Amino acid sequence: MPAVSKGDGMRGLAVFISDIRNCKSKEAEIKRINKELANIRSKFKGDKALDGYSKKKYVCKLLFIFLLGHDIDFGHMEAVNLLSSNRYTEKQIGYLFISVLVNSNSELIRLINNAIKNDLASRNPTFMGLALHCIASVGSREMAEAFAGEIPKVLVAGDTMDSVKQSAALCLLRLYRTSSDLVPMGDWTSRVVHLLNDQHLGVVTAATSLITTLAQKNPEEFKTSVSLAVSRLSRIVTSASTDLQDYTYYFVPAPWLSVKLLRLLQCYPPPDPAVRGRLTECLETILNKAQEPPKSKKVQHSNAKNAVLFEAISLIIHHDSEPNLLVRACNQLGQFLQHRETNLRYLALESMCTLASSEFSHEAVKTHIETVINALKTERDVSVRQRAVDLLYAMCDRSNAPQIVAEMLSYLETADYSIREEIVLKVAILAEKYAVDYTWYVDTILNLIRIAGDYVSEEVWYRVIQIVINRDDVQGYAAKTVFEALQAPACHENLVKVGGYILGEFGNLIAGDPRSSPLIQFNLLHSKFHLCSVPTRALLLSTYIKFVNLFPEVKPTIQDVLRSDSQLRNADVELQQRAVEYLRLSTVASTDILATVLEEMPPFPERESSILAKLKKKKGPSTVTDLEDTKRERSVDVNGGPEPAPASTSAMSTPSPSADLLGLGAAPPAPAGPPPSSGSGGLLVDVFSDSASAVAPLAPGSEDNFARFVCKNNGVLFENQLLQIGLKSEFRQNLGRMFIFYGNKTSTQFLNFTPTLICSDDLQPHLNLQTKPVDPTVEGGAQVQQVVNIECVSDFTEAPVLSIQFRYGGTFQNVSVQLPITLNKFFQPTEMASQDFFQRWKQLSNPQQEVQNIFKAKHPMDTEVTKAKIIGFGSALLEEVDPNPANFVGAGIIHTKTTQIGCLLRLEPNLQAQMYRLTLRTSKEAVSQRLCELLSAQF
Amino acid sequence: MSLHGIRFILIQNRWYMQFDDDEKQKLIEEVHAVVTVRDAKHTNFVEFRNFKIIYRRYAGLYFCICVDVNDNNLAYLEAIHNFVEVLNEYFHNVCELDLVFNFYKVYTVVDEMFLAGEIRETSQTKVLKQLLMLQSLE
Repeated sequence: MPAVSKGDGMRGLAVFISDIRNCKSKEAEIKRINKELANIRSKFKGDKALDGYSKKKYVCKLLFIFLLGHDIDFGHMEAVNLLSSNRYTEKQIGYLFISVLVNSNSELIRLINNAIKNDLASRNPTFMGLALHCIASVGSREMAEAFAGEIPKVLVAGDTMDSVKQSAALCLLRLYRTSSDLVPMGDWTSRVVHLLNDQHLGVVTAATSLITTLAQKNPEEFKTSVSLAVSRLSRIVTSASTDLQDYTYYFVPAPWLSVKLLRLLQCYPPPDPAVRGRLTECLETILNKAQEPPKSKKVQHSNAKNAVLFEAISLIIHHDSEPNLLVRACNQLGQFLQHRETNLRYLALESMCTLASSEFSHEAVKTHIETVINALKTERDVSVRQRAVDLLYAMCDRSNAPQIVAEMLSYLETADYSIREEIVLKVAILAEKYAVDYTWYVDTILNLIRIAGDYVSEEVWYRVIQIVINRDDVQGYAAKTVFEALQAPACHENLVKVGGYILGEFGNLIAGDPRSSPLIQFNLLHSKFHLCSVPTRALLLSTYIKFVNLFPEVKPTIQDVLRSDSQLRNADVELQQRAVEYLRLSTVASTDILATVLEEMPPFPERESSILAKLKKKKGPSTVTDLEDTKRERSVDVNGGPEPAPASTSAMSTPSPSADLLGLGAAPPAPAGPPPSSGSGGLLVDVFSDSASAVAPLAPGSEDNFARFVCKNNGVLFENQLLQIGLKSEFRQNLGRMFIFYGNKTSTQFLNFTPTLICSDDLQPHLNLQTKPVDPTVEGGAQVQQVVNIECVSDFTEAPVLSIQFRYGGTFQNVSVQLPITLNKFFQPTEMASQDFFQRWKQLSNPQQEVQNIFKAKHPMDTEVTKAKIIGFGSALLEEVDPNPANFVGAGIIHTKTTQIGCLLRLEPNLQAQMYRLTLRTSKEAVSQRLCELLSAQF
Repeated sequence: MSLHGIRFILIQNRWYMQFDDDEKQKLIEEVHAVVTVRDAKHTNFVEFRNFKIIYRRYAGLYFCICVDVNDNNLAYLEAIHNFVEVLNEYFHNVCELDLVFNFYKVYTVVDEMFLAGEIRETSQTKVLKQLLMLQSLE
């Protein structure tokens, strides 16, 4: 077969590439490139029309320069010109340039689409191929709009060449992935399914990818593909190794097509009995072949064969219905666990992880425990060891938990830093889940802190405290154990936290022993105090005040400590405040009050372990494979761990008059201010991670959040496990500006991050929103800001929707929330005297102008809060206007671009009935109506 | 199961997912960094961000394909080799220089074998026949 000579065709290009390669320095390279760019520019601008060859050569040089990593900002037009050439090589370079340097200039796009259209209609298979490859590579929405209707026709037309069919199938796949809404389903779908029967295996290979993608979204329409795929697969796996000629790869018949067919079948449940029998035969044949002696010693042979085998095992696991096949799969993987190829050991560990979660094969997987533990100790590749950890975690149950946890703990001593945190989480989860004896659990967690304290996250130590508090049989043991662990001269700060918390709650259980008397306990903790960070010191101060209640005999010692300048005058506000408040509390409060405020923590409600949530967040939901976990994943956790400050928490759960007096109450429930904040919200199991529809339904709870913004402009609008959305806005007359802050709460970046503002057709004429797109990539932990300029054209009722789509890991995320832009934001307060008010009130006395609502109070009826809300609502609060001082009246003007609307309001509380009557009078009924709705929801 | 196909192929830098140019450069550097530190005792797979890289080394050249974590490792590993065998045949004992000087032809080979992030054609005979036909048009 003739080979291609170096750079034939374009000598100038070859010379240029040689020059670049001969450059001795980066500077020399840049110099050479700039020279070339200047040359090309002048050629393109020159008077002399360039011939096709020169154009091709220069465009190709530009492409090369671009591939070296330099920006190219010209040449697009010349590339587009090449598209209409009749010479293949010129056309090819034109298309290549365009597909690599995609440009969003709309005029260019029009020209490109025009050229593509001509080539698609040319009936020249080479040109059609180039056009299709360009669409498949660019895949833009504009291209989908132009060609999504045309390509299915090319694909199923009887006279289309095989190679064009292949390209058309994948081209359509690309358009479906990027703009599925533009790809119309229709008659062609059934004909596409029949491509599985095509005699050209290349066509089948391309079509199978397309069908699989379509079937995932439209399983019902493509279900006939199941039996066709099974027949096709059956013919392949039973063929002799030479039957398929071109498609046999190292004695394996059509390995890639087999893999694709097996993946297509994973879009469906096990088929009905007739087809199922045939499929089972196929799968058995594949398993049998794995046992046969290899037909070649080449790694290509075994790789191709095993690619099919692993995909078959995936399908067996997916069906999870044939115990016989599952056990055979497990045995096969067991053999691979000790294979000399690292790749196979790795894949076997990975695949066995999913087998461990099937009830049919769980026991069979467990028999390999020693091999897996050995892998943990001997594998050289950290990713293989990581898979071994995953598998041990997946195969763990009550019978082997002590062994597995012990092995993981011992591995942790030497484990790679990159995977320590994950192992810590796994050990913590297993220890909790399979603890028969909670003393074992407490020991395990303390060991974790000892071995890898830096990797023990808050979730882990919160959790051990939750469990100790909830189980009184372990409290004494926990107190004793932490007390002993704290004896170590250097112990990890996390141990101080756990120790401080547990002794503060249960130190009394070991105080009877003179070796751990109250004073000894206190001195032990206080000896660590100065080495700790501020949050830990704050926690210890809370422990001290708890000691005041538990052990009256150490009260003077503790008061001395609290009174010392290093506490009372501490530069840190939190520490200083705690010291002052605790000292005061210990002085003024009676024993009874102390006992109430500082009583033992009530049990935490049972719920999903926050650690499990953390692990899922770390690994992504799909990779935590335990069966029970997957079931439990459906339930939603609303809270994280305990508050780090015990005293405040108990004051919260048992309100007492003295608590308020001392300002010990909890922080305000709604976090204010822009993100990021690291609250317990981070532990939420994401409720939305499964949804992938175009615009997500409004996020649960968003109604509440929305209402909260009616009377204020700043705060957190939305928060889930991944994303936090904060708002800051300002309004003046009929204009406003809103800053939206998107905080990525994960450590992984978000891709294709696209927030969209949606105004419904009803809303659009009344409200103008303008914004610029944000950077599509949001780095882990980063925050991006978007500014929305708002103009109120005329009065409106609906709120715009903020729809956010992004990719996080493999999954598409979708969040929609109502954006709190409400009519009252365009209020200007108007002060007026009593007389004026009632005069205007009377003027607005037509029935359509008044809207009244009588409703039950949803919040405590507090005068000051009500006043603040009315002012926050935007109107002026008029004092001494209403003859009844208990009533509130307000006035203001709603500014819109077209008109101004005067508004009067009156709110009459009825304390006895816990009701309100709200009356709105404006010159426009719709405005009265909307303002009344908005304000009613606030009380 | 999620099916998004290949995210990108490095060697000829064919991208099947939207990235801006800076992001591409960053990805190339990161992939380079994670792949080149590995030796023969390591697997040919490496987790990368939320994807995985399947790679194979030929002399000093690394061929890398980025796919979803649940894609079939061995199938892509052999797809790389199949591709390299085609290059070898097409360029007659391919070497790095062939790929540099004929970068625009390598794209044609890539697109014959992989399109829209999917495996398009696996038969070496068919691919080479098509490539020679295109060659004859020059």
